[in-house]
Amino acid sequence: MINFNSIAELIALAEEKNLPVHAFVIAREMHTSQRSREALVEEMQRNWQVMKESIQRGIQNEEHSISGLTGGDARRIYAQRNTSYAGSAAMEAAAYAVGISEVNAVMGKIVACPTAGSCGIVPAVLFAAASQKKAAEEQIVEALFTAAGIGMVIEQNASIAGAAGGCQAECGSAAGMAAGALVELAGGTPEMVGQGVALAIKNLLGLACDPVAGLVEVPCVKRNGFAAVHAMVAADMALAGVKSVIPVDEVIEAMNRIGRALPRSLRETSEGGLAVTATAKRIEERLYGKKS
Amino acid sequence: MRGVFDIVGPVMIGPSSSHTAGAVRLGLMAGKILGEKAVKAEINLHGSFAQTYRGHGTDKAIIAGVLGFLPDDERIRDALILAKREGLDYSFQPVNLDGAHPNTAVIYLIGVTGRVARIRGASIGGGNILISNINGYEVELTGQYPALITIHRDKPGVITQVTNILSRYEMNIAFMHVSRQNRGETAMMIIELDDVLPEDVVEECRQVYEVENAFHIPAI
Ligand code: SF4
Repeated sequence: MINFNSIAELIALAEEKNLPVHAFVIAREMHTSQRSREALVEEMQRNWQVMKESIQRGIQNEEHSISGLTGGDARRIYAQRNTSYAGSAAMEAAAYAVGISEVNAVMGKIVACPTAGSCGIVPAVLFAAASQKKAAEEQIVEALFTAAGIGMVIEQNASIAGAAGGCQAECGSAAGMAAGALVELAGGTPEMVGQGVALAIKNLLGLACDPVAGLVEVPCVKRNGFAAVHAMVAADMALAGVKSVIPVDEVIEAMNRIGRALPRSLRETSEGGLAVTATAKRIEERLYGKKS
Repeated sequence: MRGVFDIVGPVMIGPSSSHTAGAVRLGLMAGKILGEKAVKAEINLHGSFAQTYRGHGTDKAIIAGVLGFLPDDERIRDALILAKREGLDYSFQPVNLDGAHPNTAVIYLIGVTGRVARIRGASIGGGNILISNINGYEVELTGQYPALITIHRDKPGVITQVTNILSRYEMNIAFMHVSRQNRGETAMMIIELDDVLPEDVVEECRQVYEVENAFHIPAI
């Protein structure tokens, strides 16, 4: 049976057989779930369809969330894309990611990837890549398997939950998954895929999870936009031949260690960081009334 | 290791897998245990659920579940209005349950024919749930597997009779949990299975002399 417990093992499989990473993620899943390749691909296609719908809805969204804290920014970012410093590709990805997160915040339909809080990052960069490089639908769906394989390893060897590992575990993991998927989509080698993951995660290590008023909105929604652009840069660096000095699995190990060292107040409890600022306290009071 | 669709997935209604998607599943489970259309729902929320339920739509999510909606149903955001239309009366109260998981709900339902169900459960992360109490019995139920629940007199041999029926139908038991209030009185048994449970099996279990009632909770 095909199995992997680290990114290095996944890369080794791909290099040995001279096939892309997604082939082994699919092969493993076929075995563990006892489902056919077609059935798995079909389910992933359905997920991609939901992702695309959430992007379309997101960049047009004018609705505010129940709390009133988010809504309408994806539209603003998208409108600005051609006159921006960062360039239209980056701004589009940011708009898509913020848009999906806004859809999440208004109780719209999304695909957790790996979580609801970080759901904008992977689809945003793949959608941007699809329109730029004109990648076929089929390749995007395959790249989603690559992203999943990376996330599976992170989940096993570190965490993908903000409550356990801080936001590095959610938006950091999503950025790593997104970067790896992008590298594969551009025809990078499996080894470059690993570099992309390492570069993306390394730069988001230590990220706190401190959502204002306990809601998946501030800083989460805008952070999805930043992390999407971040993942694109990491993929471009890896494709340019930049290597992470610390190998990807050691980066994931470091993420795990840092997550454990993070105080409870920065792990989704809303008892630290941004969540205890004067403004956050006023927002909490407005939403929940005075705490006794 | 988790599967591909645990990482890229599930498709869900936001904003939070634990406060929204998991909450839908708690409501669903309560509705399935009631086993008929609910006309009244009294819900107590503890911890983070009590604090953030409006912002996360946890109230809408639980009611959506009671109405039978799945976690990816776009009607969840309108569930409170739909409940009114369906004749489901609901109320939410924050409570403090000592030592309970921060995302715990106690859901009390009354059905059209007067049946009642009280379940206590927590949303334990990633949309997963754990039901810890059903109608006063301590249980552990995740909703990941189809389950057979029996209420029976706490006598020797009952469990064997029920498991014999299952083995005759070649049903494999994944997990099993027995709990009782007092020795010799009524007990509850929960058997989680690998496969979907045919209604015949449930009916046969009801025929066991000591079994007062048996019912089937599908995986949710
Ligand atoms: S800050 Fe916390 S809640 Fe928000 S996306 Fe990051 S991990 Fe999730």
